[in-house]
Amino acid sequence: MMQYSGKSVYRGIVLGPVFVLKNHDTQVRRRKISDAEAEIEEVRKAGIKAREQLKKLYDKAIKEVGESGAAIFEVHQMMLEDEDYLDSIHNMIRTQMVNAAYAVAATCDNFAEMFSGMDDDYMKARAADVKDISNRLIRILEGNEETDLSSMEPSVIVADDLSPSETVQMDKEKILGFVTVHGSTNSHTAILARTMNIPALIGAPFNIEEIHTGMMAVVDGYKGEVIFEPDEEQCAQAKAKMEEEQEKLRLLEGMKGQKSITKDGRSVHIYANIGNVGDVGYVLENDAEGIGLFRSEFLYLGRDSFPTEEEQFQAYKQVAQMMAGKKVIIRTLDIGADKQADYFNLGKEDNPAMGYRAIRICLKQPDIFKTQLRALLRATMFGNISIMYPMITAVEEVQRIFEIVKEVQKELDDAGIPYKYPEQGIMIETPAAVMVSDELARLVDFFSIGTNDLTQYTLAIDRQNEKLDDFYNPHHKAILRMIKMVAESAHRHQKWVGICGELGADLDLTEEFVTMGIDELSVAPSMVLKIRKAVRDMNISGE
Amino acid sequence: MKKFSYTVKDEVGIHARPAGLLVKEAKKYASKIVIDKDGKTAEAGKLMAVMGLGVKCGQTVEVTITGEDEDVAYEALKEFFENNL
Repeated sequence: MMQYSGKSVYRGIVLGPVFVLKNHDTQVRRRKISDAEAEIEEVRKAGIKAREQLKKLYDKAIKEVGESGAAIFEVHQMMLEDEDYLDSIHNMIRTQMVNAAYAVAATCDNFAEMFSGMDDDYMKARAADVKDISNRLIRILEGNEETDLSSMEPSVIVADDLSPSETVQMDKEKILGFVTVHGSTNSHTAILARTMNIPALIGAPFNIEEIHTGMMAVVDGYKGEVIFEPDEEQCAQAKAKMEEEQEKLRLLEGMKGQKSITKDGRSVHIYANIGNVGDVGYVLENDAEGIGLFRSEFLYLGRDSFPTEEEQFQAYKQVAQMMAGKKVIIRTLDIGADKQADYFNLGKEDNPAMGYRAIRICLKQPDIFKTQLRALLRATMFGNISIMYPMITAVEEVQRIFEIVKEVQKELDDAGIPYKYPEQGIMIETPAAVMVSDELARLVDFFSIGTNDLTQYTLAIDRQNEKLDDFYNPHHKAILRMIKMVAESAHRHQKWVGICGELGADLDLTEEFVTMGIDELSVAPSMVLKIRKAVRDMNISGE
Repeated sequence: MKKFSYTVKDEVGIHARPAGLLVKEAKKYASKIVIDKDGKTAEAGKLMAVMGLGVKCGQTVEVTITGEDEDVAYEALKEFFENNL
């Protein structure tokens, strides 16, 4: 029995056989060659093949983990074309008359060393990228296929470190978990693992030479530990925990296809929150009845210029089509505060949460807003899209928004571009909006209460500040009374009201919300079935 | 020959992705484009060299452009730095 602690990347537990993935970079032999130009031609061909492979990985990663997780493979393609890197390989072949793979390995060492020697952690980590692309070239040159994981039994992957390309290539169905000696919680690998929901542990100080494929291992993401060759008792404990998890899952599976309705007949819509197009798969998998909050920021973040109307239109259209007629509520740009994109040139603010953000940017810079509205309106032709505006504090803001929407509609009419009139609603996430919710309700089609910001503004507590944890009570009466008030305002004007903040997924409050008459709860995809079960188990009239 | 100085505003500095974009931009021009950080230089068309400069937020680089299309390249790169870095 060998037990090690590490940093948990994903909370989950698993017991299963180990599959050891070793680096291959030690296997390159130095050989004398006679025709340097022929060898260089081999490098060129291998480079083309490597870039093709990376292009495929990029496409796979885009679908599974989104644009920001995939960007690394684009950089890898460019690194393979780097002049200095190629010159170094070519020179070595010509002057030392050595085989291509050896020249690549030697060049890799030099460049990796350069990055490792830099005083910046981010740049140090780039050494791994140089090794990743070089190993790819070497594998192609040596005719070694990548470690074939397709015939692997479902296993716990154990490695010194995993490159992003190794992680994304793995068949998710066959990975029970993974454990590495190196890697940081911010490495690409950790980020990918989290997105793919693989129980994972990094920075566990074991010696990989002592671990062999086929050994049993327990990966406990709750405790942050891995046990190789666990004893009987540990196996039994792990199995019990896994069964507990499985049992919960089975119970929830039974909730699929069921209506979200209480025992006494009140129905509630349970929708899901998503952050990018790739998340739609999780929405459908968890049988959400719609998308209650589609954060459009992903289109704006992690890039260097504004997304075009066409790019936005394609993304909205795709989601609308994938949801096939189910409601998709898209929230307009909510950038600022903790979500920054440099090209907006927002500047530093002393108090960004209360600063220039979200709808305030849209109203001050209507060009940005109009591009998004045009894309949204055009996408209404392809499904059931609603538009939601964030950070509203006053009736005048909503009136101004509607004027801008009308202008955009007129432009579309003039250009003969078709669109449908979408449902339009607002986020209620400022105390001001709560207090004037009866007036706001006249104007809009629906409310969605954003409890994260509402709580922070109401309790005057910055959630990033750990010192305030003792004062932070998410169930504070003030918040619950506000929610009730908003629900009453909406219903007085025959409008519907939902909750899309974290509180919406709080199982301790589900019954209270349903009793208040909340019509919709929008939660993380993984919470949909749990909330549905809670709704189906309750009887709010007590009869 | 044309020259300009630029102080990097991007929080993480000239990291992998922006360096990639910079290389793409620089390759559009015939001119030789050299980035100088405290005496360490790199050609803007070479990704690893640019990344190797390790330019961080708040540091100033000097960009020198020499060649027949230096005027166009100067304007384009200045704009690129301002918008992306």
